[in-house]
Amino acid sequence: MWLRFRRDRTGVASAIVVIFFILVAILAPVISWLYGKDPYTLYGQDTPGLLNDFGYPIAPNGGISSQFWFGIEPNLGRDVFTQLVYGIRTSLLIALVTTILTTLIGIVIGIVAGYAGGKTDYFIGRVIDTVLSFPSVLFIIAFMPVVENLFVSADEETPVWLRAVTLVLVLTLFGWAGLARLLRGQVLTLREREFIEAARVTGASPARIVFKELLPNLWTPILIQATLLLPALVTAEAALSFLGVGMIEPIPDWGRMFRRGTEVYTNDITYLIFPGVALVIFVIAFNLLGDSVRDAFDPKLKR
Amino acid sequence: MFRFITRRTLGAVVTLLIIAACTFFLFFAVPADPARLACGKVCPPELLEQARHNLGLDQPLFVQFLTWVGGIFLGRDYEGLGYCSAPCLGFSFVNKAPVLDTILDRMPLTISLTLGAAVVFLFFGVATGIVAALKQGKALDKIASVSSLIGASLQIYFIGTLALYFLVYKNHILRQPGYVPFTENPLNWAAGLMLPWVVLAIIFTANYTRMTRSTMVEQLTEDYVRTARAKGMANRSVVMRFALRGTLITIVTILGVDLGTLIGGAIITEQTFGLQGIGQLSIRAVWSSDLPMLMATVLVAAGAIVVFNIIVDVLYAVIDPRVRLS
Repeated sequence: MWLRFRRDRTGVASAIVVIFFILVAILAPVISWLYGKDPYTLYGQDTPGLLNDFGYPIAPNGGISSQFWFGIEPNLGRDVFTQLVYGIRTSLLIALVTTILTTLIGIVIGIVAGYAGGKTDYFIGRVIDTVLSFPSVLFIIAFMPVVENLFVSADEETPVWLRAVTLVLVLTLFGWAGLARLLRGQVLTLREREFIEAARVTGASPARIVFKELLPNLWTPILIQATLLLPALVTAEAALSFLGVGMIEPIPDWGRMFRRGTEVYTNDITYLIFPGVALVIFVIAFNLLGDSVRDAFDPKLKR
Repeated sequence: MFRFITRRTLGAVVTLLIIAACTFFLFFAVPADPARLACGKVCPPELLEQARHNLGLDQPLFVQFLTWVGGIFLGRDYEGLGYCSAPCLGFSFVNKAPVLDTILDRMPLTISLTLGAAVVFLFFGVATGIVAALKQGKALDKIASVSSLIGASLQIYFIGTLALYFLVYKNHILRQPGYVPFTENPLNWAAGLMLPWVVLAIIFTANYTRMTRSTMVEQLTEDYVRTARAKGMANRSVVMRFALRGTLITIVTILGVDLGTLIGGAIITEQTFGLQGIGQLSIRAVWSSDLPMLMATVLVAAGAIVVFNIIVDVLYAVIDPRVRLS
């Protein structure tokens, strides 16, 4: 399996890009220390000569210079490069935690529905149908204030960690159904196979059948789905922040950069281009990695 | 066929009721007081009490929900605010008007946006897919798969804004997106929505090309296609009449999903291009705690998803006679 993956040149290349992004996220403080700036200081406002009277960078291309590699943010005058580097952390962390939660819930519910069958299966099936017919983007937007209000009263300031937890919760709430439906189908076909039958005849307990017989056969679809889910969640988080219900100031976040970028695009398009290109590369690399993982696990599926 | 449609419709109504109930009970946990919104900034306690009574907010939550559902079928009188006639989805405290009126007012934009884009990406996607399948040349094949990957990875708020910058702001090639009713001036209608259509098409076309191509390649090896060929049917008719028909099933499936998400998720598109459709309406409703409006938009979006699911199932039966028999 590993050998097959190593021979896939696209897969290796995309894996390198993905690892690069993860390393940048982990090493963000080191990078920022080497680079000598942080994502919070308002350089443009502290140092005269960087922003003009309207708050836009004076230097061409959004203020790109040897000092500010990717330019500076309009108005607030923060450094774009460190914002981008720290922004990966936010997006990746939220997406990673959500992916793990979503996958766990999906596995449990999918296997229960497929293995138990009968009324349980019917009931879970209807729940999955309903969750999938929810207009999730709209619902999440509307739902964010409700969830937050469970923890903080309206007039208090929302702590940043709570906003992140809320994002994870709502994204998980709508994420598990797809995987659960897929795994349910897989379990339904596996259940009828001879080796499960054999295990049952020899008196294996349901727990043993699930963990020793079913799960090993499900790892492939689970891993593939998880690799494809992560980039989808990164973009979902960015979209929510773009709509103004995701991460809040001053935490660096790509979605928030998009939001600001679309406000000032007529005067400073560079501020939009950096997070945009970074996100596109990230998502493409992850999607390619997902395809390669699938091919490596299951060469028959190759399209 | 009739029984099938009835059963699916009943199922859809149940799903929508469940969604409505979930939305209702969740959102009314928001501490914002609709009565205070209805009453205005300076509001003496007795007037507030009056407003609360008029809106039915002094009733238990469950009764409120039943009244709301009843309003859909019977209409409802909001004392002191106005009458909301038969399909009443609620009364907006912010607009001081039945929400359905506002939604119907914004609906044409969202539908034009979605269906217009769908026509564009469906046409180009299926056409290039057929060509790719018939000329299984390596170059075209590669271009299709690479561009579908890139297309699927692009974000509308990124390339949409880039397009706005380069095509509208810098070079004035396309008009600033806006909405003119089709009945008023079809040309301006198309010109105003051209940019969103193109951007949505860039994101979606490639996926349809890829799906059409792979299904078409499979279809061309089917027995009935070979039989038709053997009987001496022209290549063109074989492709158009048999292979394409089989391909349509796949296309209809993903189109159903995409249309549902596009109408429900029009928020991002509308926010990017500054269009005032259902999506903008819903996000405004969130910001101003306009719960009835929010309920209605969630329901409309969920309704779109459910309705497209049914249409897809019916279309299966129309396209593939085998589905009808089983």
